[in-house]
Amino acid sequence: MLRAEKISKEFIREMRGTNRFTAVSETDFNISGGELAVITGRSGSGKSTFLNMLAGLLTPTGGKVFFEDTDIYSLSDRELSRLRNQKTGFIPQGQTAIHSLNVIENILLPCSLYGEYNEADVKYAYELMERLDILNLENVFPKELSGGEIRRMSIARALIKKPVIILADEPTGDLDDGNTRTVFEFFRDISKNGSAVIIVTHETDSEKYADRVLRMNGGVLSENKE
Amino acid sequence: MKLKKSLPVRNLLGRPVRTAVLVILTALLSVTFLCGTLVISSLRKGLGSLEARLGADIMVVPYEAATKSDLQNIVLQGNTGYFYMDNSRLEEIMKCEGIGQLSCQFFLASASSGCCSIPVQIIGFEPETDFTISPWIKKSGGGQLKDMDIVVGNDLNAFVGDTLKFYGLECHVAAKLDKTGTSFDTAVFTNENTIKKLIQSSVDLKMNTFTNIDPDKTVSCVLINAAEGYTPEEIINDINIHVKKVKAVQTKEMISGVSDSLSGISDITGILISVVWILGTVILLLAFTMSVNERKKEFAVLRVMGASRKKLASIVLQEAVITGTAGSIIGIIIGLIIIIPFSGSIENALNLPFLVPDASGIIMYAAVSVIISAVTGAFAAAFSALRISRIDTGLILRGDN
Repeated sequence: MLRAEKISKEFIREMRGTNRFTAVSETDFNISGGELAVITGRSGSGKSTFLNMLAGLLTPTGGKVFFEDTDIYSLSDRELSRLRNQKTGFIPQGQTAIHSLNVIENILLPCSLYGEYNEADVKYAYELMERLDILNLENVFPKELSGGEIRRMSIARALIKKPVIILADEPTGDLDDGNTRTVFEFFRDISKNGSAVIIVTHETDSEKYADRVLRMNGGVLSENKE
Repeated sequence: MKLKKSLPVRNLLGRPVRTAVLVILTALLSVTFLCGTLVISSLRKGLGSLEARLGADIMVVPYEAATKSDLQNIVLQGNTGYFYMDNSRLEEIMKCEGIGQLSCQFFLASASSGCCSIPVQIIGFEPETDFTISPWIKKSGGGQLKDMDIVVGNDLNAFVGDTLKFYGLECHVAAKLDKTGTSFDTAVFTNENTIKKLIQSSVDLKMNTFTNIDPDKTVSCVLINAAEGYTPEEIINDINIHVKKVKAVQTKEMISGVSDSLSGISDITGILISVVWILGTVILLLAFTMSVNERKKEFAVLRVMGASRKKLASIVLQEAVITGTAGSIIGIIIGLIIIIPFSGSIENALNLPFLVPDASGIIMYAAVSVIISAVTGAFAAAFSALRISRIDTGLILRGDN
């Protein structure tokens, strides 16, 4: 479903002596529908950079990313944006709320970017909120939410369009153990329903939910065969 | 179903302080542009109106009047006054070459009258030869004046059908003139017969400084238009050389001082508009850049959800257009509140002819102000939106930008 061929990313650091460094070395990767892959690794090892390239959010220095048979970086901005809107759900690191919208509006926003949301979308939004234990927060604005609540709202927002690919960057960073378990179980269920799920995380417990565990070390991705 | 309000509107409502700053900045640009252009336009219109009202190439007055600047005081400053010369001079003037049109006028300053808290200037004209006042009266809806009929300037507190008494003689207000923005707005006009009666009455009542004049044998000034093929300068030279005790003056020269002042004020106002506009644009640009920078994580999230660069730019532009339009409308209301009610005070302060454009002119200037202010805001926003949309979303999420 999603395939990366020899993708790499180099950045330029203006303040360092050697101004070019490799965040991700040439890497091949693929994932099929129904699979859940967990990528672990130390901070700064290149996990998020790799995930952003897979999501079509960061142009690789080299290599290609294919969704089905389409090289996503050969698409126009409009086409790639539509692909992200309709096929992928991305959960970025940190606090990623639209502060002028309340919780339910934040969750439904991907449905209203290119049209209007319908009753089924609203129903599904409530199901997601219930599953993520934020049902009573529908009319609350982000400034009144805790970090964990905003994080669960972001997860619901990424899932609202029932994407076939889910990419999550530290999705449980702000969550307690109970909520972390809930989220991973939710991702597990989603992948069983046919979606491909890629999670970048520090959580060691996550491995028990994964079909595949990969490790990123100094920009080099390796599969953990154990 | 849609969001209750569009995302740009929600963004603006969600950040009231930022929105208020953007609206105030745009209002400032709009008020500066509207007030500045209206002042310049009113001054230009006032000068044009003055030129039209003078309506002659040359004015010939008694020599003493020209040297004492009485004429300019009466014509340009709205002061009252009068002077006379023997009408035998008229025959000598008529002998000069190149005269196309010629008509006499008669001046008298009234004593206080019911219509006026201060004395007003009364100007008499010859209906048969007049080419300056009659067209104006006709344009204002007035017709042929009968004896003891008067026409009043727009600023005088008298209306058609009123009767005003000057030097014991009752005069009937037959028409009220359109506003000119000049000293003529406080003057009274009448025909030759009436003014002669008024002059005689003022002499009889010993209220005229000229104690022994015969109104039938005097005129105050002679207005001349050059015939085709002659320049006013040639006729002026001819008159000043050949006719004694008079001074021929070119009306253009008379108003050259006004024209120079107007030009100076226009330049200063233009510079002020430019400075405020440049500063305002830079501040708007900074405000939008800061705002977009502050919200770049939000924009990155929108990109993550599938918003295209165009969509993102459209959100920022819609915000700019809403704040720009709101700000410029507020600016226009403030500008009109400043200019229209206080045009008299502005005229007094500038001491120049000042004629505010009519409703259609004001609407045009207001529309231009709205468009320019909104476009400036949109330009500032577009610049910021373009800048942010060119950065890879992944870099913003990494925190590198």
